[in-house]
Amino acid sequence: MPMMEYIDAIRLAMKEEMENDSSVFVLGEDVGVKGGVFTTTKGLQDQFGEDRVIDTPLAESAIAGVAIGAAMVGMKPIAEMQYSDFMLPATNQIISEAAKIRYRSNNDWDCPIVVRAPIGGGIFGGLYHSQCPESIFFGTPGLKIIAPYSAYDAKGLLKAAIRDPDPVLFFENKKCYKLIKEDVPEDDYIVPIGKANLLREGDDITVISYSLPLHFAMQAAEELEKEGITCHILDLRTIQPLDREAIIEAVRRTGKVLIVHEDNKTGGVGAEVAAIIAEECLYDLDAPIRRLCGPDAPAMPINPPQEKFFMLSKDKLLDAMRELALY
Amino acid sequence: MSATNSTQKEITMPQLAESLVSATIAKWLKRPGDAVDMYEPICEVITDKVNAEIPSTEEGVMGELLASEGQEIAVGEIICRIITEGEAAAAAPAPQAASDSVSHAAPAAQASASRPASLNGTAAAASSESGMRARYSPAVQALAAQHNVDPAVIPGSGMGGRVTRKDVLQYVERGGASQTSAPADPVAQSTSQPTVISSGAPQPPIFAAPSSPQNEVRHSGLHLSENPPLPKIEIEDGGRGSNETYIDITPIRNTIATRMRQSVSEIPHGWMMIEVDMTNLVKLRNTHKDEFKRKEGVNLTYPAFVIKAVVNAIKDYPIMNSVWAVDKIIVKRDINISLAVGTEDSVLTPVIKKADQKNIAGLAMEIDDLARRTRERTLKLDDMQGGTFTVNNTGSFGSILSQPIINYPQAAQLTFESIVKRPVVINDMVGVRSMANFCLSLDHRILDGLICGRFLQRVKENLEGYSAETKLY
Repeated sequence: MPMMEYIDAIRLAMKEEMENDSSVFVLGEDVGVKGGVFTTTKGLQDQFGEDRVIDTPLAESAIAGVAIGAAMVGMKPIAEMQYSDFMLPATNQIISEAAKIRYRSNNDWDCPIVVRAPIGGGIFGGLYHSQCPESIFFGTPGLKIIAPYSAYDAKGLLKAAIRDPDPVLFFENKKCYKLIKEDVPEDDYIVPIGKANLLREGDDITVISYSLPLHFAMQAAEELEKEGITCHILDLRTIQPLDREAIIEAVRRTGKVLIVHEDNKTGGVGAEVAAIIAEECLYDLDAPIRRLCGPDAPAMPINPPQEKFFMLSKDKLLDAMRELALY
Repeated sequence: MSATNSTQKEITMPQLAESLVSATIAKWLKRPGDAVDMYEPICEVITDKVNAEIPSTEEGVMGELLASEGQEIAVGEIICRIITEGEAAAAAPAPQAASDSVSHAAPAAQASASRPASLNGTAAAASSESGMRARYSPAVQALAAQHNVDPAVIPGSGMGGRVTRKDVLQYVERGGASQTSAPADPVAQSTSQPTVISSGAPQPPIFAAPSSPQNEVRHSGLHLSENPPLPKIEIEDGGRGSNETYIDITPIRNTIATRMRQSVSEIPHGWMMIEVDMTNLVKLRNTHKDEFKRKEGVNLTYPAFVIKAVVNAIKDYPIMNSVWAVDKIIVKRDINISLAVGTEDSVLTPVIKKADQKNIAGLAMEIDDLARRTRERTLKLDDMQGGTFTVNNTGSFGSILSQPIINYPQAAQLTFESIVKRPVVINDMVGVRSMANFCLSLDHRILDGLICGRFLQRVKENLEGYSAETKLY
């Protein structure tokens, strides 16, 4: 199995699906000639031509709209939003159209689109290149939302998303692009949508998260183990629909839960996870449910000290995890 | 010790480009004890094929270096400490500062080693409040009811003496009240037994605890880029009595070696040469060079004219601007000229982007900029990417004939050799002309002799076509 960066795994997933299925195509800003601002689509236009890797104007609403139209007549578009921050002009298309087509037409029509968008900060991107917009789309029935943390999952989940008959938002973490490097099989495997993944077993606390912060959680867990604290870490992978069974099972293991995400706390994915736990696991709880999230500030600042304050880190997780373990 | 602690400033690896997560230390420019000014470069780092200097964010005296040369460091990790001005005076001469930092390292390790104890110390202190003693969580109540025990008799290890879920489970496991005062079994979590720790139990058991079977369930979720660090840049003696010297491979040398080997092993190289009469060009340049230098502040060099001639020839023969892609040949639309620039210890190929859209003056200024920044090692990653054809000014070091290795994955590379005055026969008369050779290495999978011959002829025509009327702008 070749060692591969997270970004390479995403590219490979698109390449394999485009080779297997001629109805799969990519569209977005600078995805063609430039190969994407992060090089995610690099080489795809060379391989598949301008008709299947389409450079679009700077109009996210049009990117989503074109993708939806193409999907309704049988194509399988992968629409790239250059940064998830720029995705908001397309929210009407995504929420009001893509998410509702199957329901509205009583199953006559479907909309198998994938919208890929890089989320997250810590890259000195400032206000408009660092956002985590999961909570904007979260809670919209009809949409599936994926946010992988490992390169293996990124490839398997993107392939699953492309084959999925309904609209899927694929939130890839831009800080993970080059940070995560691991063995990724070159064969045709799928990671199922809607299934959480247990990354680490432990008895003292349960950490539930998705995307980049899991990386910090794993590092912190490693250190805490030296202090005699063992951590049970669950990667949600799919944040809509949430894997309720996996969440409940992970909570029951320790009774102490910390939910972590970079998106801000109020109204975030963690709020829903906490609600599920409150509904299902009251008698298993040994401590108040805790959340560690980005602050409720409008956006991530550009200057390094404030960015550091805003971002989650291993040390922040370490403190929160230790405190919960000692409760 | 504590005073030193408070004024040692930590310097971390900065983020050099948006998506980069690490960089390799190429060379320390400051040693422990050296004075460091604000923004003064403290070390050189390498990412992919670009060198950059890291400026100091503090003013003072260099303390300990925490990263060694050749080591890959993640963005945000500490690379060294700088003792700031006020403290440096107190720490006095450099050697002392160095030894100071050594003595500093040991207690730090000690401090981290004793962390579990202090951790439990706080828990123990909190337990004296005992405000949480009688508050039972839903899990504790449910478990207590299930096992028919009274939580009030279970010793609490949680915050404020709280009975935790684990306390109940352990209590039940041990069979109830009869053994409550006995210490936990060896595998028990140290955190849940503050009293045991504070009563002077040795620390090793705490570390022994994690080596339980739980290690096995570790998922393979994550791998950091932990490539073994490259060897240090140093020359060492081959050993006593040896007449050999070993030079360790620097990261950049390693990159060059890899790319050269890849090019030579994958590309079947062909080679051609042509000679060009540069006399008119020499005159043209001599006419303009002083004024150009005065007006623009940079030298009007030959490569600017050569690249212009090459770019115009590529426009006529676009196949020269292509890449072999196994089942097809990809012809690039933009003409981005890679310019080989040699330094003392390496060769880099910064790129003149969209060279076809630039005039001679523009090319001269860009060449000057790239060459200067190559030598100053301030090229950015972006400066190195996207080249489609390489021009190498081998004449600058006196060569009259060379056989370049193609800059992978391009299709060809052209060298511009020394201009030398030679007797030449023109119209059956012998004249003294300024002549130069141009050598072309070509990827024979893409290109053949005929097309390359025509291309070289066009380069020759373009160069010999320069005249007094040629416009620089």
